[in-house]
Amino acid sequence: MVLLEIHEPGETPRPHEADDAAVGIDLGTTNSLVAYSHAGKPEVLRNIHGEGLVPSVVAYDRDGEVIVGYPARDRMLDAPDRVVSSIKRLMGRGLEDVKALAGTLPFAVEPGAQGMVRIRIGERALTPVEISAEILRALKKRAETGLEQPVTRAVITVPAYFDDAARTATRDAARLAGLQVLRLVNEPTAAALAYGLDKGSEGLYAIYDLGGGTFDVSILKLDKGVFQVLATGGHTALGGDDFDHLIAEQFLVERGETNPSIGTAKAALRAAREAKETLTAADAGRWIIDVAGRKSVHALGRAELEAMITPLIEETVAIARRVIEDARLAAADIKGVVLVGGSTRMPLVRRKVAALFGTEPLADIDPDEVVALGAALQAEALTGGSSTLLLDVTPLSLGLETMGGVVERVIERNTPIPVAHAQDFTTYQDGQNAMLIHVVQGEREMVDQCRSLAKFVLCDIPPLVAGAARIKVTFAIDADGILTVAAREETTGAEQRIEVKPSYGLAPEDMEAMLKAAMVHARADVELRLLTESRVEARRASLALRSALQADGDLLAPIERRTVENALAGIERAIGSADRDIIEGWIEKLDAETMFFAERRMDRGIRTALAGVAIDRLERNLETPARGEPAAE
Amino acid sequence: MFCPTCGVVLPSAAIDHFVRLDLARGYDVDLAELDRRYFAQQRQLHPDRFATKSATERAHSLAHATDLNRAYETLKDPLRRAVYLLELAGIDVTGETKTSADPTLLAEVMERREALDDAASPSEFAAVVDAAEADAERCRAGLASAFAAADWARAGALTLRYTYLARLLDEARARRGRPTSSPAFAAALK
Ligand SMILES: Nc1ncnc2c1ncn2[C@@H]1O[C@H](COP(=O)(O)OP(=O)(O)OP(=O)(O)O)[C@@H](O)[C@H]1O
Ligand SMILES: [Mg+2]
Repeated sequence: MVLLEIHEPGETPRPHEADDAAVGIDLGTTNSLVAYSHAGKPEVLRNIHGEGLVPSVVAYDRDGEVIVGYPARDRMLDAPDRVVSSIKRLMGRGLEDVKALAGTLPFAVEPGAQGMVRIRIGERALTPVEISAEILRALKKRAETGLEQPVTRAVITVPAYFDDAARTATRDAARLAGLQVLRLVNEPTAAALAYGLDKGSEGLYAIYDLGGGTFDVSILKLDKGVFQVLATGGHTALGGDDFDHLIAEQFLVERGETNPSIGTAKAALRAAREAKETLTAADAGRWIIDVAGRKSVHALGRAELEAMITPLIEETVAIARRVIEDARLAAADIKGVVLVGGSTRMPLVRRKVAALFGTEPLADIDPDEVVALGAALQAEALTGGSSTLLLDVTPLSLGLETMGGVVERVIERNTPIPVAHAQDFTTYQDGQNAMLIHVVQGEREMVDQCRSLAKFVLCDIPPLVAGAARIKVTFAIDADGILTVAAREETTGAEQRIEVKPSYGLAPEDMEAMLKAAMVHARADVELRLLTESRVEARRASLALRSALQADGDLLAPIERRTVENALAGIERAIGSADRDIIEGWIEKLDAETMFFAERRMDRGIRTALAGVAIDRLERNLETPARGEPAAE
Repeated sequence: MFCPTCGVVLPSAAIDHFVRLDLARGYDVDLAELDRRYFAQQRQLHPDRFATKSATERAHSLAHATDLNRAYETLKDPLRRAVYLLELAGIDVTGETKTSADPTLLAEVMERREALDDAASPSEFAAVVDAAEADAERCRAGLASAFAAADWARAGALTLRYTYLARLLDEARARRGRPTSSPAFAAALK
């Protein structure tokens, strides 16, 4: 037993850690999953119907109710303007990025603060972070139901190619959902973990992950339980969704729609997706779009589909080639290729990947589940200890804006993380007391071709002649791939105040407001749980009393019996109430008013027991009524 | 690295990369051995091992892992290793002031770059790359003997040459591997 815990000054222990389960979450564009690992055996947590996948779809009912998963997806056609799908494509994105995605998003986007986007749902304008948080809440709830214990910690996977803004947005979403992120793990790395442990493989492996919205490819070296990522690359907006769009466009043309409504567009997308998935096994088929009072029939064959999407698959192959080069390897060096993501079921994808690597790809773990399984393994490793180790890299170079908008790289892509880089800056004017530092991420030469991560104003620089001040700025990328910046004025040794201006993402005030809203949400959740508990308690008490009446009713005088029966009727009525206090009040009343009955039953119990029964039985009998609970026969 | 009595991880000390990875200081590094040492240390010190530990321990582990990564990256790469060895000897070859040091070297680099730009076919391109690659290999061999003989002047000159070749090769790699332009989406679904 711990009597006293000693902590470093200023440090508080993290509460209730050991009690809570840590799960792995694959937060996908199309589908999300939650898995839990115990003793190195990860398992996907399913609902009562045995479904593991939770479609990443959120529906906002008119009465304020939020629905996630299959039921939300089913509403897509009835209430298309209240249903959001593929929100992952907007995580950490700014308005500029959204313009580039124009036409591929099945929802209405509008500008928000800080160059952020918001999704218009009826009267509300929601951020991608809030919408993602709903999916995470649903997964958390599923895990809690499945594991029958609170779940507050998770490993969440992100595409390896996610940049800092998208990672930060994912972390924010988790926080809103009441989950502490133990680690953000890259999806292909998680997949490798699930495969590697399964097979005890050694050597060089490629993970090719083509999901609904994103493409990722990573090269890993597996060595005695170490999973070392050598290089990674991808595209944050290339996946099954894009195939659906190409097919849907053709269907809409065939239907003669030039300016389809959002409802018609969604119906076309749905048909397109069905067509695409069917053509993985079938050679051809016909699909019907029945929307806006008009039916149209569309024929599509696999060859035609493949011709349509070949340029996109070729692009993934080109990216994979570059990543192999980045790892200073040749395709022939790769021992095995692991396929991840629903879109890798397509025969064309398998053929192209096999041709690139000259080997048949591995797909023996369900490509939908492998990422979540790996995340669960990592959650167990982080909380329970493990002999495996993931060594990941940063997918994108980090740079600083210099004169003329040119980028100076300070951390190259594929550098192992955590990593830090310190750089000295100086003033270029006499008496200059502030300086703007602009951090960007990306591989291009010019600042405006890269993603702007943050603009920092270094203030309070002591007034010195130009070039005399020395400010050391440290850029650090942690094991989650998230950037932090610290600055110090070296000549005077004074710590500098840094004004952080995230170029994209949530302003601290926004986050604050959302957390507050989430707290209200959480409080409502707690209330509901307490109410449920009270009801269960009341029901149990009334049942117990009923059976006691049946067994030992003869102990009561008629007037006493009426008192007990009144209490019973009262509590049974109270169970229907939505007011916890009323229910609790009746439970207490019942306890008090039936005390004498319990005591009499206890007496009888002792007498029966003493009539020649062993002592331990006696004790057991004594125990039961002592809890104030008439024993049921 | 760990407190001998209570076992908590201690702050990362400022030690040189060779000491950190427990390797003899020199240009010849056995890369398999380097991997082994690096993995062994990361197994003990990586932040993933400290996810549920105190904030102080987590901060120390982060610093250790960051320092280990820097050491590993520096010693793994033959060019960065050379630069680092020179740095340890108090010599700065790649600083801004030295870039114009050798006019014949500059002229040669310009020439190769133009050859790369003018390459009319993939095979011509590959020929330029192969020649640069072979030259880089000669640099590495020369560096090994220069460092072994503590011939700092020769090591410095070779490192400078190697720096230019590496830059050229990086560029060639970037050009060859550049992904095709991103897909164009029709606007029917606006
Ligand atoms: N049999 C199939 N044939 C073709 N495509 C399929 C098949 N089954 C699923 N898909 C596609 O796979 C995609 C979903 O894959 P997955 O669940 O791996 O994506 P995700 O994890 O949600 O997305 P991401 O990893 O990009 O965030 C969808 O586009 C879906 O249409
Ligand atoms: Mg996925």
